[in-house]
Amino acid sequence: MTDILLQAKHLVKTYSQRSGKFGFATTQVRALDDVSIELKAGKTLAVVGESGSGKSTLARCLLQLQALDSGEVLFAGQDLAKLDGAALRQVRKNLQMVFQDPFASLNPRMRVGEIVAEGLLIHGLGNAAEQQAKVIAMLKRVGLSESDMQKYPHEFSGGQRQRIGIARALVLSPKVVVCDEPVSALDVSIQAQILLLLKELQAEMALSYLFISHDLRVVRHIADDIVVMHQGKVVEQGQIEAVYQRPQHPYTQNLLAAIPGKRALSA
Amino acid sequence: MNSLVPLLQLQNISVAPKNAADRLLVKQVSFSILPGKTTCVVGESGSGKSLTALSIMGLLSKQLRLTSGQVLFNDGESGVQDLTQLDDAGMRKIRGAKIAMIFQEPMTSLNPVLTVGYQIGESLTTHLGLKGPALQSKIASLLSMVGIPENRANSYPDELSGGQRQRVMIAMSIACEPCLLIADEPTTALDVTVQAQILTLLDELKTRMNMGMLFITHDFGVVADIADQVVVMFRGEIVEAGSRQQVLNNPQHPYTKALLACVPDAEGKKPLQPIDYAWLAESKSQTQMQNQEQA
Repeated sequence: MTDILLQAKHLVKTYSQRSGKFGFATTQVRALDDVSIELKAGKTLAVVGESGSGKSTLARCLLQLQALDSGEVLFAGQDLAKLDGAALRQVRKNLQMVFQDPFASLNPRMRVGEIVAEGLLIHGLGNAAEQQAKVIAMLKRVGLSESDMQKYPHEFSGGQRQRIGIARALVLSPKVVVCDEPVSALDVSIQAQILLLLKELQAEMALSYLFISHDLRVVRHIADDIVVMHQGKVVEQGQIEAVYQRPQHPYTQNLLAAIPGKRALSA
Repeated sequence: MNSLVPLLQLQNISVAPKNAADRLLVKQVSFSILPGKTTCVVGESGSGKSLTALSIMGLLSKQLRLTSGQVLFNDGESGVQDLTQLDDAGMRKIRGAKIAMIFQEPMTSLNPVLTVGYQIGESLTTHLGLKGPALQSKIASLLSMVGIPENRANSYPDELSGGQRQRVMIAMSIACEPCLLIADEPTTALDVTVQAQILTLLDELKTRMNMGMLFITHDFGVVADIADQVVVMFRGEIVEAGSRQQVLNNPQHPYTKALLACVPDAEGKKPLQPIDYAWLAESKSQTQMQNQEQA
């Protein structure tokens, strides 16, 4: 019996969208329609689906970066939606995020050392020297060096920036890391490096990942469980092996059939 | 027999910045494309894939220069032409009419203030002089060919989905029935299901119109689905070229092997292996030394 660390129950989120002539009318878009998921401690849960399926909205709602219409998010038994600002900030230490675009998600005017240390500052963890030491250790762990602290994000390649993003998320020793398409902007060779790094760190730091992706080949390598989303609904979920071997929902079957490279395997 | 005459032959193409002629971004690249066949150029970002494509079209940016090489184009009508020797006017006659190009970003390569019908019609008017009802019916037939309802001709790009926009781009590119289509990562920005549809569409059109296709991608899965010939580029050079079977099933060069090893497979059986560039550089200099010794 594995512990469930993060649990979402019946999440609903509706956006209103301008439509019609000159945007005078509005239509309601259900980005999340009764979504329930469970993330087990130390495991990786993949959320897959096409653009517009609600993957990223789910991530944002789980971290309370966006308000829900209804439903509850339980982290270690606490309902996050009921917490006030200060209490939520305490919990947030344990919930971190790695973003998709390594170019847009780092402040270009901050040095790498400041970016990684910011979380420690905000949460007031340790004195300046301890913070400094933590940042250096974290940067080294993700494959960067101490001297990189003084540099600005533009001096790094895409893969290195994603390493900075990972260091920023992990320096607080979180329990849950939400990775929103962390490798989709990277070359396949760099992608392999980052995936392996994420796997190693998971084992070392006992992390649980919520891994959002549209690439089913990547998901197969990193996830233990999988949730397939389509138009705001969860259409299938289960253990990764089972879903890949015997997809039940036609949409999942479609997704799996669309993985490029089938022809080479049969040839 | 005619199909064995190459449609396009690149011979020793090199590209360098204007102010640093010895810093070659593309080094001595040679390969050819046959009519009705797809040649895939694979490589990481910065390997010179796109520059190679742009140098065929004569679309290199002003800071760059073609320092050597020939681009021999044979459309079967006007004999063999070296595209690098053509002037602007001559090149304009070929671009869009004989050689067409599809770009990666369907969002940024369409004009947002013009209807998609108008944008498809532009090259038909320019190259074929079509006007009025003839033009409209040609636009409608092109749209239905790429699987978009004909009444969408009056839509603006923002009213279409990413996949539909890429279909519009394809309709634009095949409007004048080119003999060569250059596709620069046409499916990278698309969802996997849409990607599969677009690849199938391109493959069908290629066969139906007997087009040669130069397909640039970084995804070996896509290569496996669409390529006849594969060219692998690394830091501006071709490291390996051959048929799809050869390159994918029996890669020779250490870089090709390494690149294939870091592609995750859908079965999840193969362990991921990132590229060890230091090792690669070492093995490269070793082979160079061996070559020198042999020489």
